[in-house]
Amino acid sequence: MRRRRSRVVELRAIAHARSGDKGDTANVGLIALKPAHYPVLVRQVTAARVARHFRGMIKGPVERFELPNLRALNFLLHGALDGGGTISLKTDAQGKVFSTALLRMTVKLSA
Amino acid sequence: MKDRVRVAAGQGFWGDWLEAPYRQVTGGPIDYLMMDYLAEVTMSIMQKQKSRDSSLGYAKDFIPLMERILPLIVERRIRVTANAGGVNPRACAEAVAAVARRLKLAGRLTIGVVTGDDLLPRMDELLAGGHELRNMDTGRPLSDVRDRVLSANAYLGAAPVVDALARGADVVITGRVTDTGLTLGPLMHEFGWSMSDWDRIAAGTVAGHIIECGAQSSGGNQLIDWQRVPDLANVGYPIVDAKPDGTFEITKHPRTGGRITVAGVTEQLVYEMGDPRRYITPDGVADFTSIDLEQSGKDRVRVSGVRGAPAPEQLKVSIAYAYGYKAVGTLVYAWPDAVAKARAADRVLRERLKDLGLEFEAILTELVGYDSTHGPLAARATRAQDVPEVQLRVGVRAREQAPVERFTREIAPLILNGPPSVTGFAGGRPKPEEIVAYWPALIDRQQVQPCVDVVRV
Repeated sequence: MRRRRSRVVELRAIAHARSGDKGDTANVGLIALKPAHYPVLVRQVTAARVARHFRGMIKGPVERFELPNLRALNFLLHGALDGGGTISLKTDAQGKVFSTALLRMTVKLSA
Repeated sequence: MKDRVRVAAGQGFWGDWLEAPYRQVTGGPIDYLMMDYLAEVTMSIMQKQKSRDSSLGYAKDFIPLMERILPLIVERRIRVTANAGGVNPRACAEAVAAVARRLKLAGRLTIGVVTGDDLLPRMDELLAGGHELRNMDTGRPLSDVRDRVLSANAYLGAAPVVDALARGADVVITGRVTDTGLTLGPLMHEFGWSMSDWDRIAAGTVAGHIIECGAQSSGGNQLIDWQRVPDLANVGYPIVDAKPDGTFEITKHPRTGGRITVAGVTEQLVYEMGDPRRYITPDGVADFTSIDLEQSGKDRVRVSGVRGAPAPEQLKVSIAYAYGYKAVGTLVYAWPDAVAKARAADRVLRERLKDLGLEFEAILTELVGYDSTHGPLAARATRAQDVPEVQLRVGVRAREQAPVERFTREIAPLILNGPPSVTGFAGGRPKPEEIVAYWPALIDRQQVQPCVDVVRV
């Protein structure tokens, strides 16, 4: 029997994203480029994996919400912004580029 | 009743493109110009300005901007909603009225002022009455920081905007009205939507969310296929073209740059999102998982299917309080070994701060050009020895001013007494900055009475 081959790609090959802030929480909206990519995001980009991806960058838990109508996932990264808003010392105090940081994560696509 | 209403976004934040409102007014037909000025951080900046001069505390840019468009909006009967009033809406309205009189528009302009969001004068009464105003993030009661509170503003919704419009206001200037309420208000007023028509309120809220950040839904800051966003230099800001049934299209004026696509609108929908099923506003709760998007034409996206739920019993309160001080110092290190030199300089700096006995709540070091945006994710993917240059960026934060002040004097010496190949210090010594921090809380909505004044100029 032939083994099904798969290839590994960065999320940016199959998704786009935008991020923002609410206090010390950054949100990342991850959007599938094509309808067929949405199930890949749902299966592989879990809250636990996102938490591991951002290890050392965020202090709190990660929550995930599904928006199948927009083919999007929304992640809340708690404790991501050094206190957030005016308190934060970070260049990215408002979490604007956590979006592309998430797009560095890899996923497996069946060939 | 009108069968369509067009609400055009003119400003997405305080500091947005000054040309945008003029272009929205002149580029094609619109009914309303909506301008959102207030972010969490903005209120605290305005509060600082008001504490230095009691006639300030609003978006100053709004006045010359209105001076430029007032004759046009009077002539074309375009009405304006703006939360430019910040922490001082009456002073803002008075400044606009003065401009209108100077432009000889007296007798032709009515200004509505929405207040009642300011809870500071009643703070002690509220706390004594058992309203603890606990921090929504930390759970701590406001009494922890009561003596340092600088401002407290409840988020008002569309209702007072509707009231001002119904009483004939051409320009509605508000304090802390929600971003979305500035778009929802005109739709409710024109279409006669009831205050409990939750699906339509949710639809108007989604419309407001899509355009409240200006060009972020029409091609600006758009990641997907960003190289092919046309003519950003002349980007057209978004316009809601709404129908009485609560469906609407997002579009922009012809012959403008940017683009309106399903993917671009989706990026804006997920911006600053929490739980998508419960996008909570004072007017109602919108379910973002119910939104249907469809490309209905070139630069037109149709939005339909939006479902809503009843308004919450509590309103959010944005409280600003004096937190402490911070400063950020920077130096640039060049190849070879730019990263290693910057790291060495950081170690020297931290040792000196320690030897001086300075105590900070936080010291944060970032290397801009290496790890300041993507942290270890970027550093792991980059060969440090290949980096041609980095900016060492060290920030400190403390409750007291003195250690922060002393820190600012420890950056420049590194130029001569630290690691080599250092430059980029022309800006001089960094300045300590007061931190006015944000304390989000909830309050029972019956404690908040919006106030609407309508004045003929």
